[in-house]
Amino acid sequence: MRLLTRKISARLSTRRRSRFAAPAVLIIGLLASGGLYAAFSPANADSSTVDSSAIQKGRALFAVSCASCHGLNAEGIVTKRGNQYGPSLIGVGAAAVDFQVGTGRMPMAQPGAQALQKRPVFDKTQISELAAYVASLGPGPSIPTTADYSSKGATNEQVVQGGEFFRTNCTACHNFAGSGGALPKGKFAPSLVGVSEKHIFEALLTGPQQMPVFSNGVLTPQDKRDIIAYLKKQEDTPSYGGFTLGSIGPVSEGMFAWLVGIGGLVGAGIWITSGTARVKKKGTSA
Amino acid sequence: MSGENHDGELEKVPSEPIANPGLPEHLPRPTDVDPAAEKRAERQVATMFGLSSVFAVLFCVAYFSISKNASVMNMGALQLALGICLGLTLLLIGVGAIQWSRKLMSDHEIVEYRHTASSPEEDRAEAIAALEAGIADSGIGRRPLVRNSLLGALGMLGLPAIVALRDLGPLPGDKLAHTVWKSGVLVVQDVDGAKIKPEDMVIGQLVNAEPSLFFPEDGAPAEYEGTELLQAKAKAAVILVRMHPDDLKDKHSANWGVEGILCFSKICTHVGCPISLWEQQTHHLLCPCHQSTFDLADGGKVVFGPAGRHLPQLPIMVDSDGYLAAQSDFTEPVGPSYWERNRSNLK
Amino acid sequence: MSASDATPKGTVTNGTTPAAAKKPNPAGSVATWADERLGIATATKKQIRKVFPDHWSFMLGEIALWSFVILLLTGVFLSLWFKPSMGEVVYNGSYDQLRGIPMSEAYESTLHISFDVRAGLLIRQMHHWAAMLFIAAMLVHMMRVFLTGAFRKPRELNWIIGGVLLLMGILEGFAGYSLPDDLLSGTGLRIADGLVKATPVLGSYMSFFMFGGEFPGDVIIPRLYIAHVLLIPGLILALIAAHMLLLVYHKHTQWPGPGKTEENVVGYPMMPVYAAKAGGFFFIVFGVVALMGGLMSINPVWRFGPYNPAQVTAGSQPDWYMGIAEGLLRIMPGWETHIWGITMSWNIFIPGQVAPMLLLGIILGYPFIEQWVTGDKSEHHLLQRPRNVPTRTAFLSAMITLYGLLWAAGGNDILAQQFHLDLNTITYFMRGAIFVIPPIVFIIAKRWCISLQRHDNEMLLHGYESGIIMRSAEGGYSERHLPLSPDHAYTLTARDRDVIYAGISGEDANGVSAPALRKDKLRARLSKVWFQDAVQKPTAQELEEAHHHAELEHEHDIPLEGHAADGHQFDGRHDVAGEELSQH
Repeated sequence: MRLLTRKISARLSTRRRSRFAAPAVLIIGLLASGGLYAAFSPANADSSTVDSSAIQKGRALFAVSCASCHGLNAEGIVTKRGNQYGPSLIGVGAAAVDFQVGTGRMPMAQPGAQALQKRPVFDKTQISELAAYVASLGPGPSIPTTADYSSKGATNEQVVQGGEFFRTNCTACHNFAGSGGALPKGKFAPSLVGVSEKHIFEALLTGPQQMPVFSNGVLTPQDKRDIIAYLKKQEDTPSYGGFTLGSIGPVSEGMFAWLVGIGGLVGAGIWITSGTARVKKKGTSA
Repeated sequence: MSGENHDGELEKVPSEPIANPGLPEHLPRPTDVDPAAEKRAERQVATMFGLSSVFAVLFCVAYFSISKNASVMNMGALQLALGICLGLTLLLIGVGAIQWSRKLMSDHEIVEYRHTASSPEEDRAEAIAALEAGIADSGIGRRPLVRNSLLGALGMLGLPAIVALRDLGPLPGDKLAHTVWKSGVLVVQDVDGAKIKPEDMVIGQLVNAEPSLFFPEDGAPAEYEGTELLQAKAKAAVILVRMHPDDLKDKHSANWGVEGILCFSKICTHVGCPISLWEQQTHHLLCPCHQSTFDLADGGKVVFGPAGRHLPQLPIMVDSDGYLAAQSDFTEPVGPSYWERNRSNLK
Repeated sequence: MSASDATPKGTVTNGTTPAAAKKPNPAGSVATWADERLGIATATKKQIRKVFPDHWSFMLGEIALWSFVILLLTGVFLSLWFKPSMGEVVYNGSYDQLRGIPMSEAYESTLHISFDVRAGLLIRQMHHWAAMLFIAAMLVHMMRVFLTGAFRKPRELNWIIGGVLLLMGILEGFAGYSLPDDLLSGTGLRIADGLVKATPVLGSYMSFFMFGGEFPGDVIIPRLYIAHVLLIPGLILALIAAHMLLLVYHKHTQWPGPGKTEENVVGYPMMPVYAAKAGGFFFIVFGVVALMGGLMSINPVWRFGPYNPAQVTAGSQPDWYMGIAEGLLRIMPGWETHIWGITMSWNIFIPGQVAPMLLLGIILGYPFIEQWVTGDKSEHHLLQRPRNVPTRTAFLSAMITLYGLLWAAGGNDILAQQFHLDLNTITYFMRGAIFVIPPIVFIIAKRWCISLQRHDNEMLLHGYESGIIMRSAEGGYSERHLPLSPDHAYTLTARDRDVIYAGISGEDANGVSAPALRKDKLRARLSKVWFQDAVQKPTAQELEEAHHHAELEHEHDIPLEGHAADGHQFDGRHDVAGEELSQH
């Protein structure tokens, strides 16, 4: 590594055209190391034990962005009618924060039937600080490690077992292909396609919003990894039948049968029975 | 009577305002008068038929050369290639034939005359006379005893036909009223048969569960297999949910649970879909088939949709080893309603 | 315009060739060989050049016919591998995600066809798409027949055959949908079981007999299989044969127009034009189905998994043709009566059993109901334009609206999910909408038809709007109306005048029983409502007066214009070659 840098700087110095070259190299080096740090630091933060400075920063972020709904001490706010404005976060654990904030669901843009996924508002460091703060309020599931959720190297038996778990526990809401489904009163189960392994694991563990919890005590981390492995295997499997038409079942199939099939064939029928071009006799007028 | 009336009305109708001008003059097509256009059309049609053969050959090439696992644009390559080749093979024949008929076949419209659907008057009279003669010869009108006994015999023929179908299936008896649940049967997680302790479950948790009878201990012979397993499962599938005890509105229902853990039938009381679409905050359970919604915090009461009855609850307890187990079978039949349901013997 | 001058040159019009021809052409000698054994020349001599009128709407039934042929062909292919058995096997095929799972042989063989038989998936998907098209085409064909009055005497029986064919097609489709024994089809059977159990008195017995015991049992797939491959297709085939025979016997209906009457049929001969067109269309339908089967995934059973009564998927829907039954089932309130120890599930019995029977009854009985109301007992071979029977057209519009609403209700969860709507609100909305919206559509469609009729009369009497604005000497502007071509004018008037049934009155009523009289009164009232506000075509006298008026106006204009710059030149409907505009 050092050899390479020396080589580059040597080449730069031999072909020096500008006196800014050396500072430029310096700046590039600094940016690169900063980037590397940024890339690796959240992973380190995940596994770190409670860090009081992180908690402090997290508390500050919480007071600004979350407290208006969840209360200044995350105790939750109940409206006059007894509805939850924002639920208490005491005991929800770091995993819940990592999921909710990491997928952009929190902070919510506006109150509604359901918090929607969007681009995360906070960066990874901030998320880990928020998570550390919430985790400090009461015991709850911590952020899973790569070893917890990674489905890498899963055997086919595990994939098959994951499929069984998926069809038993998940398809009722998320549909057979993980395309999502409707829930009462405008809520919905989101699509699982393209969701990261970590977030799927966290969602199972913490039960975000209306989703029930699938605690590690019953659905073990291995079971969860099997489900993740099945989902990832499905994503890697080509759609053998052609275009999926949304993978939402017979409704879209029926729509395509009418639009493409009947539409196209009626069009063909119109062509078959339409009059062909005619030669007009000269000099005739109506 | 009404016909006469109708005919009387018709006479008053004024005559047609415009006379039928007759078939319009036939105009030739370019292919009829221009040999070059005719040749061009001929070439078009032949090209389509020729291309069709090419695609037929390509279909065979694809069949033998493309691997079943190959993919294009994340779709099965073999399937795509075969579909496109077969589709074009067929389409080109069709389009070619149509083009042939439109451009090259004679396109003079011809006229065919209709006849009324009925036979000529005398034929009909003859047929009716023959029919009547036949009936008279048989004497069926004069001998009511013969006629009625024949009708009776033919009617009775339905009985053997129906009775012979009796063995299509066994009688229901009280099978619909019972499930395999009984006192002490553990409530275990579906798929892997994991036993569940109350402390394993957190508030807001859902477990899709089955009776432990479906998961034999290692080495033991399976109690339920194949069809019997499916039949048993179709009634015995349950869901376990844990709610905060303060959220439970129905005290009777809460007493059948353990520390806020309640066990309900997974089989919808509407038409029997398995339901596990549970919202942990509202405690509502939605059926994905017809959207019946049940409030599990309120004894499984119907809050929305076409279901007519609450969801049956399975009384559970903690057994001596600390695992969740049934206190008894369901106290009412699970699943869709049927006529004699309320008379079912639940002993 | 006689038939003889319409005979194309160089073709022989009668199908027989003299046996002693010097140089018999091959077709002729084959025909002779066959006739000497079968004597078919008499029967076919007229059919070979049978006339079929050309119109796009006459091709809709053909889509259904050809889809059925495709279903037979692809179905035979599938039956070579499909095992209609619910015996349990452990999957060991090439689809990784299910390997090692116990499943029925039916599901296992479906996976085998999809993954281990080359082109198996293509044929399976073609079979399914063709089934969807078969029923859809029957439905649109039926709508065409309904809207144009092609079901009227003498074709009522063919309408009934068609209605039964639609029912058979739906049953056949449902049976086929259930065969793979995947999670979705098993859920469908589970719902069917619930529907059957809701039958008063016999429900649970019927369910046990159907499934050979408790649901799901191990006999339903073999039983559905034999119905799907033998019983129902046999019936469909027989009914199609009857349908086609009657079509040939009655000869095809045609649109009114110049040269077309109730006594003739004008069109192209079966051989060669219609043979080429119908045969070509078969290949086009087949080709489109093959492309759909190749490009568009349908019923990916491997994603659903084998049937397991404890599993279900979001978006559990039947195929589209069951959509209205599904919709009714979904929006029905949860009414159930418990009395004297019995349970009556109105919430299932009404939408699942009463409503389909009612719908079928309306469809099959419709020609007779309309005949009774209008008192029209004559034969009809010329079609009616939908606008000229406003009440019937409005009725169908309302029915289609109802159908569409129920269909949408059957997919309420998909609608909610795809368009971010509230599931419950859709359901509540539909509960009201099915009663409110169809009548509104009825009124709109009826008024629409009537205004179109008025427009037709307007054109007949005053000509069409040429789009040319003329300025009068006084400086006023008016649009020039020009007379229709004679052919067009005739086509617009080629329809019957409506005759309202007046009922029995005066002396005729003597001796008629009171109930019969009441019935007759109802009939007269219905007839009045049926024809209410419908516009009649102008009489010869009215037309003449209008033309006289137009001529007067025209003569009035000529001195002002000097030359007949009457707008013909600009309207694009006339050949202007040789006509010069006057120079002003």
